[in-house]
Amino acid sequence: MLADKDRIFTNLYGRHDWRLKGARARGDWDGTKELMLMGADWIIDEMKRSGLRGRGGAGFPTGLKWSFMPKQESDRPHYLVVNADEGEPGTCKDRDMLRYDPHKLIEGCLLASFAMKAHACYIYIRGEFYNEASNLQVAIDEAYEAGLIGDNACGSGWKFDLYLHRGAGAYICGEETALIESLEGKKGQPRLKPPFPAGVGLYGCPTTVNNVESIAVAPTILRRGASWFAGIGRPNNTGTKVFCISGNVNKPCNVEDSMGIPLKELIEKHAGGVRGGWDNLQGIIPGGASVPILPKSICDTVLMDFDSLRDVKSGLGTAAVMVMDKSQDVVACISRLSDFYKHESCGQCTPCREGCGWLARVMRRMVKGDATLEEIDTLEQVTYQIEGHTICALGDAAAWPVQGLIRHFRPELERRIRDYRDAKVRNRAA
Amino acid sequence: MSARELAKDQPASFAFNAEYLERAKKVIAKYPAGRQASAVIPLLDFAQRQEGWVTRPAIEAIAKMLDMAAIRVLEVATFYTMFNLAPVGKTHIQVCTSLSCAVRGAGDVLKTCKDKLGIDAGDVTADKAFSLIEVECSGACVNAPVVQIGDDYYEDVDPASMAKLIDAFKRGETPKYGSMIGRDGSAPAGEPITLTEDPTKPIPKQDLAAAKAAFEKAKAEAAAKAAAPKA
Repeated sequence: MLADKDRIFTNLYGRHDWRLKGARARGDWDGTKELMLMGADWIIDEMKRSGLRGRGGAGFPTGLKWSFMPKQESDRPHYLVVNADEGEPGTCKDRDMLRYDPHKLIEGCLLASFAMKAHACYIYIRGEFYNEASNLQVAIDEAYEAGLIGDNACGSGWKFDLYLHRGAGAYICGEETALIESLEGKKGQPRLKPPFPAGVGLYGCPTTVNNVESIAVAPTILRRGASWFAGIGRPNNTGTKVFCISGNVNKPCNVEDSMGIPLKELIEKHAGGVRGGWDNLQGIIPGGASVPILPKSICDTVLMDFDSLRDVKSGLGTAAVMVMDKSQDVVACISRLSDFYKHESCGQCTPCREGCGWLARVMRRMVKGDATLEEIDTLEQVTYQIEGHTICALGDAAAWPVQGLIRHFRPELERRIRDYRDAKVRNRAA
Repeated sequence: MSARELAKDQPASFAFNAEYLERAKKVIAKYPAGRQASAVIPLLDFAQRQEGWVTRPAIEAIAKMLDMAAIRVLEVATFYTMFNLAPVGKTHIQVCTSLSCAVRGAGDVLKTCKDKLGIDAGDVTADKAFSLIEVECSGACVNAPVVQIGDDYYEDVDPASMAKLIDAFKRGETPKYGSMIGRDGSAPAGEPITLTEDPTKPIPKQDLAAAKAAFEKAKAEAAAKAAAPKA
């Protein structure tokens, strides 16, 4: 288990003062100017050496992403946009950072923006997070008043403005180009890439979109050193991570631990174990709604990081661990997720708009068993016709949970179909 | 996708009151000149806070304020599900029934709401005091089931606490939001096993001068390597 001294989010549970005074006492805004004086190139190099991979789900190396921004400023200003549109089912980590550690995020925004030569940053927070946005706005105002951000941020001579922008309820706006569209005042429908945001992003200007956690860990990484962060976890999967453990566990919680922690240890140590004991486990979705479910046999040994979970055909995603015990109807659980994607598809690409609705309808029949055995194959084929055929990854995300279900729980689907058919025959005889 | 339409019955007019007009100006100033359309979501939110829902005259007024075509504002209002396109109750209850909440009993919580209020999801009570909807993931999954009432999240809710919440709102009270079982945020229930140390203990910091020297040395070496003639 990670030691407290290596935890970045020391106020994850809001037990201490989240405002500037408390944040400073916990080491935030300590020597920020000195870090900036090290230069933009050093900051980006340090982030690369830390091995930090984006915490929003895709796991793209953060330092590398920052290096894609143009090296020189031009007449098109650069922007940093922070994605705080947290809404992947199972995921609620950014919420704690926004409401209880807002100064870590604000300091990260300054350092990241400075490194990418951006003088302005927008934090796009989901609209439902009203109280979280209130805390963050108070913290932003405090930072301005203390001269930490503004015309001469931290006395560095760098002008930096930070704005909070509230969304209004659309999961798709967590996709970076949809988020940019939304920030420009449009429907949140993803853009085709290329051009990538680093070339043409917000208002047609070079833009980097990062997850809250990726930005909020940056100041601590720079202060303590890339080698400290890289020394935690496993190669290519370094550092600490905030995990969200929800569902059928005794003590659901958020917790920061090292990348690569065994899934079983994570649940038993931090979440009080699976309800009814580990043997009562049916399956776990290890990284938020978009990643395929894993059966108990894999959960027994798998490690919680990008590469380990990819190797078992799932993913770390946002590290949102959703636990289902044997009392749950696993088919109904995945059907619920299909309903989610049907609701959240933006409607732009036909395979996703039509496919998500089709998946949801067929999954509802699968819950009852009102289908034929061949339809399981048809269902799987259709998921592959959605996956990879849409502008953004929402189509993939809708396809994967169903694929995971068929991969690991096919006998259950078949059993239901047979039972349903048998019951129908018996009813006719009666 | 969720297909949403404006309500049939619409008021004749809309105007922001002085307070929201002032706030609208401040919001518009957050965005670069000529990019005022970025303020459309915040302004629709203000209109909803003032009127209780988003009306057609509000959409038209905001389009004028932001120099946008009304259809563009209508698109936004119908796309984002937080905008109520018809009046809701004074107490608007939003029950999350997404997966993490569902496996911890959100269905029972929803049923409690329906039974206590005598309405179905999507409906408003006859006295307009309450409205109830099911929503997709609220993003507080480790505190499931979660119910949003107004702007506040009520967490770790069960049918009994849900019934108490509704009774309190019926009496005109606004119960304290957060965990209904007294947890600190997203911390595990019971004795803490993490974050037990004093968080103000100094953090070991790296030697920036040494880091700079190492960085410059590596840069010089890379440059020399690049400049060296290929063998």
